Amino acid sequence: MNSEQQKKYWKENLKYLAILLSIWFLVSYVFGILLVEQLNTITLGGFKLGFWFAQQGSIYVFVILIFVYIKLMNSLDKKYNVNE
Amino acid sequence: MDIQTWTWILVGITFALYIGIAIWSRASSTGEFYVAGKGVHPIANGLATAADWMSAASFISMAGIISFGGYEGSVYLMGWTGGYVLLALLLAPYLRKFGKFTVPDFIGDRYYSNKARIVAVLCALLVSFTYVAGQMQGVGIVFARFLEVDRTTGVIIGMFIVLFYAVLGGMKGITYTQVAQYCVLIFAFMVPAIFISFQMTGNPVPQIGFGSSGADGVYLLDKLDGLHRELGFHEYTTGSKSKIDVFFITAALMVGTAGLPHVIVRFFTVKKVSDARKSAGWALLFIAILYTTAPAIALFARTNMIETVSNQPYAEMPQWLKKWEKTGLITFTDKNNDGIIQYVANKETNELEVDRDIMVLANPEIAGLPNWVIALVAAGGLAAALSTAAGLLLVISSSVSHDIIKKIINPEISEKGELVAARLSAVAAVCVAGYFGINPPGFVAAVVALAFGLAAASFFPAIVLGIFYKRMNKEGAIAGMVVGILLMLFYMLKFKFGVFDGGKTAVEALKKDWWFGISPEGFGTVAMVVNFMVSITISKFTPPPPLKVQEIVDNIRIPSGAGDATH
Repeated sequence: MNSEQQKKYWKENLKYLAILLSIWFLVSYVFGILLVEQLNTITLGGFKLGFWFAQQGSIYVFVILIFVYIKLMNSLDKKYNVNE
Repeated sequence: MDIQTWTWILVGITFALYIGIAIWSRASSTGEFYVAGKGVHPIANGLATAADWMSAASFISMAGIISFGGYEGSVYLMGWTGGYVLLALLLAPYLRKFGKFTVPDFIGDRYYSNKARIVAVLCALLVSFTYVAGQMQGVGIVFARFLEVDRTTGVIIGMFIVLFYAVLGGMKGITYTQVAQYCVLIFAFMVPAIFISFQMTGNPVPQIGFGSSGADGVYLLDKLDGLHRELGFHEYTTGSKSKIDVFFITAALMVGTAGLPHVIVRFFTVKKVSDARKSAGWALLFIAILYTTAPAIALFARTNMIETVSNQPYAEMPQWLKKWEKTGLITFTDKNNDGIIQYVANKETNELEVDRDIMVLANPEIAGLPNWVIALVAAGGLAAALSTAAGLLLVISSSVSHDIIKKIINPEISEKGELVAARLSAVAAVCVAGYFGINPPGFVAAVVALAFGLAAASFFPAIVLGIFYKRMNKEGAIAGMVVGILLMLFYMLKFKFGVFDGGKTAVEALKKDWWFGISPEGFGTVAMVVNFMVSITISKFTPPPPLKVQEIVDNIRIPSGAGDATH
């Protein structure tokens, strides 16, 4: 892999990180903490939505985020032929 | 069969299992001792990481903390899971590619400096020792409460078990015992939760029962909010802490989780970079099973408890209340002598004091579950405490034998010599941990919570910058770590222990002086930001790292060619 390609690979990696970490921030800090009162006016079954994000939803999203990351990186590795 | 007998049987079987695994998976080289020969399957590593991570605190105390704090307990739920996203995306794959044995290894090589390595070793030892003392204490508590063994004996039994498989098997032995311990602890946590969820809501899945209604058709959360209002507590689903503090505590716990050496080192044990990513995913999935159940247990237990005791005559209380009264975890003082329990928020008139740990320990009894389920909780608590203790002890022993002896004092030491040193330091570490478990200094519990702040303030920025900022040099990184950890220690000593203002009694009055209203628990976030700023500023004014180091950075960013561990 030449250094040009290496730079491109790294840039795409950073783009994925930025997108995934924005979602990470959104579901926990924004939905679970900063906007919790506003979201609590909406209910989801017996849950107030903000409370649900803080105690359940954010954790589910975290798990999904890591598995999406694994998938994205595996195909990126393949594309640049750095997989094993 | 009674609870005692069941507990002895279950604890005995699980201990025999751990010892059997240890004998089967002895370590014969330093590579096997430190990182299990780098051949662990990602799912096995995920299971081991989950057990490594979930300590006595997660198993015994967390549901209780949420039960009493309601919404405020969310900081632990989000903080202790969200950190894995940071680990998976920012640290694990790159550190695995780097391919050494310990976290100080990375810091020392990336910052081409033994000073940096020593700072990292000291931080690792500080974080791990405070943490492990809490685990041994947890072992003692479980033995004392369930088996009526004296606490010291309990800690000593626990020490022997850990000693046996950590010293014999090193990381390899620890990994496979942790896999077994995860299975024990998750089974022990879920069985009562499923029973109780079904009892209270008719739905066996606690995560769904959490948002369901009871037999009277009222949603459990609404009902508990109502009960709380009636008794003068703040509403269960909203908090009383300031928003900024909740934000900063969550961030400190997340970043601290990602910076804990005993967690990071688990990702060194897999074969390749893509396996490191995968095991982070599995680890969080296995952790999430417990972490999404804990708040449901918190709700069930709280509702159950209030409905059982509130405004009921003391004489008619069930057996479990009397039993736990004996242990001192529940105390009842009939202040107005009416024979009825007043459990209210007002401290003047409240008659019932309940320890938070009760919520998990006594939950199955409160719900009237069979004896074997109650006994299972003891085996689960022990599995959680022992698995975390073993992981921490390995970090301590490898810090001594590898980072200090092999890398600094005597680089010529033979592999056999290093392995002996590793085993001896594991023995020494178990003894120190056991001593603190038997004679817990009053500050252990407080410091365990702050270990996260210390990890966030020291390791996390140094590692992230080492990977993502090629220009970062040793001057910047060392200055950042030193300033970060000193600032955190200062804030802790000032606001948690009151050392500058006349001791612990001054702590309450100092609350109003918190910087920006941030508690010591949340201050790790501030110290981390300061670390980042100091590191970057200093590095701008000092020479860039040598070319060889810049090549290391380029190399760890590319996943292929991870290969075996090199010394």
